Amino acid sequence: MNLHEYQSKRLFAEYGIPVPRGIPAGSPNEAVKAAQELGGALWVVKAQVHAGGRGKAGGVKLAKSMDEVREHARGMLGKRLVTHQSGPDGLPVNVVYVEQGSDIDRELYLSMLVDREVNRVSFIASAAGGMDIEKVAEETPEKIFSVAVAPDAGLQDYQARQLAFGLGLDKKQMRQFGDLVQRLYRLYLDSDASLIEVNPLITTKSGDIVALDGKINIDGSALFRQPQIGAMRDSSQEDDAEREAAEHDLNYVSLDGNIACMVNGAGLAMATMDLIKLHGGDPANFLDVGGGATAERVAEAFKLVLSNDKVAAILVNIFGGIVRCDLIAEGIITAVKEVGVSVPVVVRLEGTNVEKGRALLADSGLDIIAADDLTDAAKKSVAAAG
Amino acid sequence: MSILVNKNSKIICQGITGNQGSFHTEQCIEYGTRVVAGVTPGRGGSEHLGVPVYDTMRNAVAATGADVSMIYVPPPFAADAILEAADAGVALIVCITEGIPVNDMVKVKSALRDFDCRLIGPNCPGIITPDECKIGIMPGFIHKKGRIGVVSRSGTLTYEAVYQTTTNGLGQTTCIGIGGDPVRGMNFIDCLELFEADPATDGIIMVGEIGGTDEEAAAEFIQSNVSKPVVAYIAGVTAPPGKRMGHAGAIIAGGKGTAEDKFKALDAAGVATVRSPAELGNKMQEILAT
Repeated sequence: MNLHEYQSKRLFAEYGIPVPRGIPAGSPNEAVKAAQELGGALWVVKAQVHAGGRGKAGGVKLAKSMDEVREHARGMLGKRLVTHQSGPDGLPVNVVYVEQGSDIDRELYLSMLVDREVNRVSFIASAAGGMDIEKVAEETPEKIFSVAVAPDAGLQDYQARQLAFGLGLDKKQMRQFGDLVQRLYRLYLDSDASLIEVNPLITTKSGDIVALDGKINIDGSALFRQPQIGAMRDSSQEDDAEREAAEHDLNYVSLDGNIACMVNGAGLAMATMDLIKLHGGDPANFLDVGGGATAERVAEAFKLVLSNDKVAAILVNIFGGIVRCDLIAEGIITAVKEVGVSVPVVVRLEGTNVEKGRALLADSGLDIIAADDLTDAAKKSVAAAG
Repeated sequence: MSILVNKNSKIICQGITGNQGSFHTEQCIEYGTRVVAGVTPGRGGSEHLGVPVYDTMRNAVAATGADVSMIYVPPPFAADAILEAADAGVALIVCITEGIPVNDMVKVKSALRDFDCRLIGPNCPGIITPDECKIGIMPGFIHKKGRIGVVSRSGTLTYEAVYQTTTNGLGQTTCIGIGGDPVRGMNFIDCLELFEADPATDGIIMVGEIGGTDEEAAAEFIQSNVSKPVVAYIAGVTAPPGKRMGHAGAIIAGGKGTAEDKFKALDAAGVATVRSPAELGNKMQEILAT
């Protein structure tokens, strides 16, 4: 689950991590009021969407007057912001964050996530802040510094120093930085984050360190013990079909093709997409109906994939292990009848009671194309989609 | 021969009285697995599925001499269950539970260094040595005792590989689902090492997927340490970056973990890769026939 910048910064502030003063606003009037309350002579109006690259997309604007604050807020609110990370349709801007302008000296980069190679929470820092860190890592890996934290010992001072020297901080900043990373580490653990990114982390002209941006992703598996953070969810930023799927305990990811997939198991679901591509087609989605696929879930899954009107064919690929193929076949038949499927459906069943399942489909009188194996299923669905 | 588990393995099920634990333990017992006890705190002294239930792992191990634990405990309590099993002294812990918070697993992984035991999973189908011992949720009947070791991050793709090698007569020595989480117990390399040393295993099928760099590490390991033929497939060529594909660990992040990179590393290491999971069994048969 992703948090907005203003939500992330609220958590930063709660943990004593220095951030510019800011107030979220849902209308141009609120934005002006926020700016008045903040005072000063320079404000930043920032579109709150779950995607990076806002600056280049016109989602971060400086304002030198109340009129400009209003104008920028009006230009963003109620619109969709398209960034290089948002997808072609962009994301709706329902909130802008109005912040006091900062006096930037240097822009740095700092993030935390689990390093899968060492199975530890790691800090990544770079003096090349405000830039795409992946690009920095690729082109100038020597500019990236990282430390991995031993969970029982916690973040050590020497590790903070390693990062601080790497960033070229002065003595005062080094002290501030050491304090900041300890607080971030605590926040990371307390909030069950899966990513905290501060890009940029800045030094101001007066020599202080401030988190100018903030992004926090939360481990979805830990939401059961994070009710307060769970309440910050903004579902307007999520794909409709993906949200719908999650409510039914289905794993769904929208893609651009026209062959819908319905598969049990995440690995097999990915493999099914790959097979469609391998045989000249394009998958419309990833959909894992789970190991315990029932008739109801299959029906929900059909509704879900059909909500995408690009779909020209559906490939159902079930390896019935614990679930019996005849039950799945019944589910498919019920769903096709109930939901009113108007595109060709190719079904590949394998596993427990497969003969019974295939017979049910064949006798159903429905226009279901039976496939013998994985390859056959992929070929037939590509042909069916035209 | 086989690796890690055989007909002598004695298994305790943690979470035996829960829905999942109960259902799958019954299937394991039916398959012939020696399930000797269950553990559910507060249910000690009772009996379930014909085996005694204990309050703690220490009591269960002391009473039965079990060497393996199979965990179906719900995600909020699963990390605790893993460490309880380790503390009780079992040699192998198989954690089926899906949805354990990653930060819990970071702690578990670190704490396990103090114990002489192996962890399979979490978020995995388990491990099976055909005709001897099934620990997990895989359908037993698709397996056949034979020559191939199977190691995979995905459940249903493991079944595909198993089914193909059963159909073409090769059969399996042991099949391990190492799980779809980013922080997990045994990895490809740990399993490859054991299969290489197992005299009954003639070939190894490895099924990877997007996310992380474990397949790349495995490729490097195979090049210098594995003499047996390895056939590999990676799922997720068409997966978009930044999206989690079902498994918590199946995500291309920061440009790392693409299927193409993994295929490239495996190809470079001389591993026989296939672009379709439907070809795993045939490819292995072809290699073993030459």
